[in-house]
Amino acid sequence: MSTYQEFIQQNEDRDGVRCSWNLWPSSRLEATRLVVPVSCLYTPLKERPDLPPVQYEPVLCSRANCKAVLNPLCQVDFRAKIWACNFCFQRNSFPPSYAGISEVNQPAELMPQFSTIEYIVQRGPPTPLIFLYVVDTCLEEEDLQALKESLQMSLSLLPPNALVGLITFGRMIQIHELSCEGIAKSYVFRGTKELTPKQIQEMLGLMKPATSGQQGKPLAPHDAAAASCIFLQPVQAVDMNLTDLLGELQRDPWPVPQGKRPLRSTGIALSIAIGLLEGTFPNTGARVMLFTGGPPTQGPGMVVGDELKPPIRSWHDIQKDNARHLKKATKYYEALANRAAVNGHSVDIYACALDQTGLLEMKCLSNLTGGHIVMGDSFNTSLFKQTFQRVFSKDYNGEFRMAFGGTLEVKTSRELKISGAIGPCVSLNTKGPCVSDNEMGVGGTCQWKICSLTPATTLAMYFEVVNQHNAPVPQGGRGAVQFVTQYQHSNTQRRIRVTTIARNWADAQSQIQHIESSFDQEASAVLMARLGVFRAESEEGPDVLRWLDRQLIRLFMFHLRRSPFLQVFNNSPDESSYYRHHFVRQDLTQSLIMIQPILYSYSFYGPPEPVLLDSSSILPDRILLMDTFFQLVIYHGETIAQWRKAGYQEMAEYENFKQLLQAPLDDAQEILQTRFPMPRYIDTEHGGSQARFLLSKVNPSQTHNNLYAWGQESGAPILTDDVSLQVFMDHLKKLAVSSSA
Amino acid sequence: MRGPPTSGAPPVSGAQSYSQFGQGETQNGPPPMGAPPQRPPVSQTYTPGAVNLSGPQPPFSQQFGAPPVSMQQMTNQMASMQVGSTAPSPAGPGYGKYLCFCELICLLYIFSLPGAFGQVRGPQPGYTGPYPGQPNYGAPPAAPAPAPPATKRLDPDSVPSPIQVIEDDKANKGSEPFTTGVRGQAPPLVTTKFQVKDQGNASPRYIRCTAYNMPCNSDMAKQSQVPLAAVIKPLAPLPPDETPPYLVDHGESGPIRCNRCKAYMCPYMQFIEGGRRFQCGFCSCVTEVPPHYFQHLDHTGKRVDCYDRPELSMGSYEFMATVDYCKNNKIPQPPAFIFLIDVSYNAVKNGMVGIVCQELKTLLDYLPRENPDVESNIRVGFVTYNKVLHFYNVKASLAQPQMMVVSDVADMFVPLLDGFLVNVSESRVVIESLLDQIPEMFADTRETETVFGPVIQAGLEALKAADCAGKLFVFHSSLPIAEAPGKLKNREDKKLVGTDKEKSLFQPQVSFYNTLAKECVVQGCCVDLFLFPNQYVDVATLGVVPTSTGGSIYKYTYFQASSDQERFLNDLRRDVQKPMGFDAVMRVRTSTGIRATDFFGSFYMSNTTDVELAGLDCDKTVTVEFRHDDKLSEETGALMQCAVLYTSCSGQRRLRIHNMAVNCCSQLADLYRNCETDTVINFFAKYAYRSVLSSPIKNVRDSLVNQCAQILACYRKNCASPSSAGQLILPECMKLLPVYLNCVLKSDVLQPGADISLDDRAYLRQLVSTMDVSESHVFFYPRLLPLQKLDVESISVPVAVRDSEERLSRGGVYLLENGLNIFLWVGVNAQQELLQNIFGTPAFGQIDPNMTSLPALDNPFSKRLREIIESVRAQRSRYMKLMVVKQEDKLELIFKHFLVEDKSNNGGASYVDFLCHMHKEIRQLLS
Repeated sequence: MSTYQEFIQQNEDRDGVRCSWNLWPSSRLEATRLVVPVSCLYTPLKERPDLPPVQYEPVLCSRANCKAVLNPLCQVDFRAKIWACNFCFQRNSFPPSYAGISEVNQPAELMPQFSTIEYIVQRGPPTPLIFLYVVDTCLEEEDLQALKESLQMSLSLLPPNALVGLITFGRMIQIHELSCEGIAKSYVFRGTKELTPKQIQEMLGLMKPATSGQQGKPLAPHDAAAASCIFLQPVQAVDMNLTDLLGELQRDPWPVPQGKRPLRSTGIALSIAIGLLEGTFPNTGARVMLFTGGPPTQGPGMVVGDELKPPIRSWHDIQKDNARHLKKATKYYEALANRAAVNGHSVDIYACALDQTGLLEMKCLSNLTGGHIVMGDSFNTSLFKQTFQRVFSKDYNGEFRMAFGGTLEVKTSRELKISGAIGPCVSLNTKGPCVSDNEMGVGGTCQWKICSLTPATTLAMYFEVVNQHNAPVPQGGRGAVQFVTQYQHSNTQRRIRVTTIARNWADAQSQIQHIESSFDQEASAVLMARLGVFRAESEEGPDVLRWLDRQLIRLFMFHLRRSPFLQVFNNSPDESSYYRHHFVRQDLTQSLIMIQPILYSYSFYGPPEPVLLDSSSILPDRILLMDTFFQLVIYHGETIAQWRKAGYQEMAEYENFKQLLQAPLDDAQEILQTRFPMPRYIDTEHGGSQARFLLSKVNPSQTHNNLYAWGQESGAPILTDDVSLQVFMDHLKKLAVSSSA
Repeated sequence: MRGPPTSGAPPVSGAQSYSQFGQGETQNGPPPMGAPPQRPPVSQTYTPGAVNLSGPQPPFSQQFGAPPVSMQQMTNQMASMQVGSTAPSPAGPGYGKYLCFCELICLLYIFSLPGAFGQVRGPQPGYTGPYPGQPNYGAPPAAPAPAPPATKRLDPDSVPSPIQVIEDDKANKGSEPFTTGVRGQAPPLVTTKFQVKDQGNASPRYIRCTAYNMPCNSDMAKQSQVPLAAVIKPLAPLPPDETPPYLVDHGESGPIRCNRCKAYMCPYMQFIEGGRRFQCGFCSCVTEVPPHYFQHLDHTGKRVDCYDRPELSMGSYEFMATVDYCKNNKIPQPPAFIFLIDVSYNAVKNGMVGIVCQELKTLLDYLPRENPDVESNIRVGFVTYNKVLHFYNVKASLAQPQMMVVSDVADMFVPLLDGFLVNVSESRVVIESLLDQIPEMFADTRETETVFGPVIQAGLEALKAADCAGKLFVFHSSLPIAEAPGKLKNREDKKLVGTDKEKSLFQPQVSFYNTLAKECVVQGCCVDLFLFPNQYVDVATLGVVPTSTGGSIYKYTYFQASSDQERFLNDLRRDVQKPMGFDAVMRVRTSTGIRATDFFGSFYMSNTTDVELAGLDCDKTVTVEFRHDDKLSEETGALMQCAVLYTSCSGQRRLRIHNMAVNCCSQLADLYRNCETDTVINFFAKYAYRSVLSSPIKNVRDSLVNQCAQILACYRKNCASPSSAGQLILPECMKLLPVYLNCVLKSDVLQPGADISLDDRAYLRQLVSTMDVSESHVFFYPRLLPLQKLDVESISVPVAVRDSEERLSRGGVYLLENGLNIFLWVGVNAQQELLQNIFGTPAFGQIDPNMTSLPALDNPFSKRLREIIESVRAQRSRYMKLMVVKQEDKLELIFKHFLVEDKSNNGGASYVDFLCHMHKEIRQLLS
């Protein structure tokens, strides 16, 4: 065994797991003293090109409340053809198909390198993926045009057998029939009237006509699917038709009087989309993709009235309890989100507008169902266009990087219980022996539903050590956790991915150094940050900061405190929701970037190098590249900017300058290639207005308050009253030693 | 007109029916016809004294002598004689001046053949004197008298003949133009063709009154019981030789009006103080003349510009309305037409959907317009529906129409604004594409249920959204039983007929449509309903909205494309094209002393004075009843001004004014001299048809009879000279009142036969409520034209014969029309040549009774006959389907229903029987 660094890396690569502690304290008391809980980040569908899925069913422990999957940690008696479950110690015999196993002929799931393994299983007929576009037509002409083009383009990216549907909305909601020839047909609903799912299904003709006394009985799923065909058609069949339909899409024709917002019935549009899917394709992978250019202004789920005079709620209003639609709308969308989640449908929100669009209220739709949220200024930006394309990106096998209808189940060995999960999931409320009473995040269950997954989707899982102090774990004992993820692959296969991890127990009193050295600072930072964000979402206010300060973790926390995930100052409620949405689902690396942006420096004095995220790094003869995950900022120092303005890069003799200018662009391009969603790309220079993106992030080591370095070539002062890292650290040190903290 | 021997005998049924009036109960009671021996001879009085008292002798003979025209007719077939129960010759001296010339005296109990009874008491000495050449008053019904006992009945020829009256009026008044300048002058009858010259009062085409000489006070009015009413058809079409009302624009300040009663400037305004002020003819209030309207007066006190200004010299004219007269003080948008087509199984199956769509393609070029050279401003929209509604976006910029389905029928809304109501010429391609595709799209529909309330709501909402008035054309097939507001259940229950609960069948079964109608009226949304039912659809309920919004109902029961297409298409064409006003309000102002108290027609009233009409087309008539609230003076007479504020089809807001002045009298005799029976009947029918909603039908009938009896009794008592009680004396201008009243009483609404459906009755009830006088006249007393004597050279139509089977000749062919149907009755003995000319076949047996149009044969007779049918159709607002009825065929029963002078098989009395009954009633009142 080499260093912990390598161990951690190896484990992450193989299992997609990063634990806060890689040695687990062996008793509850010790675990609590460690402040950072035993927890891990788990990426269920981490891309594993080297892991071919096996084509058979997993072997399950026969104990009814265990059902753990056979894994490399199990004790196997090859002669007796018996295996012992490492979670409940049940002895199980192998199924007949395993008759031929022996020490030399082991199935894959018993080999140590297959601690993560994927099964392809046969469960019912394969159902095609469903994409239901829900399109706002209250857009500016230019925006609508761009959106229409993006949507038309997306048809070519969809799997040919995928079902596709179209709902447009403005003042009214139109659900378009796609099968018809000739006249384009659509069903229209008014945007102000809340309808029950049953009513919606009745009105869409998804109910059997009342025959012989059976009033409006829902159709059998098969019939319903047939009936719904007029709304959801295979892409290959309606490609042309739908392209035309999208092409003819007009802006919402209802006049918008002066001083009014367009009437946008987002709430009802979504309820119809969700109602349609739940009536026709329950428990089938489906994406509802909402494209909206403004806040919902009427009907249930309305975020702001149609009068322009009262502006959309700000944090200030929310704190003052002045956001009159907030609670109602949030409740409405939460109810919708839960309905979608129950049926395994996910909701994406693509919101492009200069003002807020109500993401704060609607975020739960995506957060609970694993959908994407993308926020931009306009549909006519590369940010939206490329992000949207990237939704349909394919992996090394040419398959879509999306999976549906996932269920994640966690099994733990006896000393450990599961407290909760934080990520794009909902609880399935499955009680079991390994469920802890102590909830962290979404708890009280050992199963979660993740309606939509990408290879990057990462959940934070929190555990509780329940072993009592006076019942020590035998020396060399290991705690084990098994993650069983069932999902619908984008090629419609049902698959099960099983990851089984184990860590050694350590006695905190005798082996405190070992435990200390097994600490994964990065994972812990992210895990704690997620807890913080989760609390911020549910509690709001300075309490969270105070809590965080008490739970401090070195450097990251300084930036986390200043990050938009916890700070709402300078961010709209929508932006906060957006940032938090992405924070709780990205993997460790991306999450770290979000917490502490990366700053690279390009200069003539050497190769590009990462520099401190500090105002002192801002020098006139440097080009800086900052990656905050959401933004990519290229900042040209004062001198560089002057040179560039003078056009030196055009001259043959300054080829090197040209190269210097090009270098950060190339690097940025590389980041842009892979990032989802596309970051906002900013090219600015000293004194430029956009430079604020950089200045707001760096540690204000030099401000107008401490002008000691003024006039020296040692960075740029930041005009802020925020404390600098130095001050923060000083305080921390003081607090750490004072007993009354 | 008696036919050959076999048909001549009075039907036995006639005698039986008579018994309903009580066989020989009193001395003066009508004797049973079939039992002459029981007849008390004393009652048969014919007092020449009554005649003598009436005045000088010479005109007397004229009075009773058959006028030339009818005489000819009569003598053609009548072997012996005819009593002219007809009008005095207009040429008679003092016509209209003396009571005696204006009254008709006839005998009810007439002994015919002296041989039949031992003693003849009836005819007094001298009887023959005034009636030279008519010794046998009361001729035997059939000349050859094959059945002598049956001859004791009253001779139908001796009772007043409608045909006679009509022909007399034609002869007397048809030749000269009718000038409206003279106050209180009764116009020619509606059956007479005449020209009108507007000289200060509205043309009778616009306004007809029941009385042109109104009683001065309410006591007289009460005593006489003559209804005081005007039948107003504000937008009536005029023949080409008459000038339509001039349009007057008084500029920004709007029409000049009386300060107090707000009457509009009219010839009755008296200018005083050198023209600086005018005194209102209605309320006598004095109003300043605005400076821009000032004009000097001439020596007679008339304004110098009197004849330059229509509002000072004409009875009818229009004002341009200013913005003050517009809803919300906004100039209205041009109106819109919305076509809402039922596409459920029945509607598709019977061909209606296909026909409508096909027809609309051409019909849309003929939307109403004021100037035929410019395009119509009216926008159009399309909706189809069954259980759900389909709206269509037919915006010009679209390559294909778009359908928008609204299934939320519980809470109707319009899914689109832009592209729903479009200009026909701009969106023609898209509209045609739509109309081509609708029949295809629903060709295989299995949906049988329909909604109705939401359909109207949809149209209403569309008009609201477009902020304009308009008209909905609803093509509907079945009882709306689908779950939606306004859902109906089948409540057809024939058992209720004849009970006190019968009225409920005419009332709407839910109140939903009343509320909806109110909303429609507020928006100016007129609804026309075309029904294509195969079974009960509850016309009484479905018709609520059309009849409250100035709309029409058309009903095509068991619609079949092959046989009913022509009728439907003609109706539709006419309905779409006819001139109309939208969002109209009508107000009738009158002289102090009388007041418009009651209104009948297709409209809604939210207060007691304003008649609100969401739509007002050229066929719609409003009957207004007046009552005294004070005294009128003989000098000033009674004035009325009907002002209709409406939006024209081009979107202009206008006021149409009709003025009418009638005389006032303090003598009842004057009143009775100047009434118009046709108008009275129009009023009575509408009154009775409305009363069936609230009273048992028996009561309605009784009160009708009673009121008529009172009218006649009052006349008898106050105006007629003293005479024997056995005599029935009718005022000249009301001598047809009994026959017409009988027709009203035995109409399907008031006395239904077993074969008439509840829907039909409700339909007719609503239909009559908007009829003008000429329509109601022919509806109640159909026109029966003998064709065998058709003069193919002449352009005139043969003189009609009375509606009685006795008048039909077995050898003849007759045309009967009542405004809704045309029948061609063919006698079994019709000449081969005649049949050959008409049908192209000489054999009676080969005539196809199912034909709906006559073959176009190349002979003068056929051509002329078809011309006549066309011209008859052209006179009516609805296209009349032709039915060929062969004598002694099954269908003849239907035909006989329209022979209204005969006893009907559902118990309706014959004319003669009814007259006797009437007489009895009068005598009871008098005694």
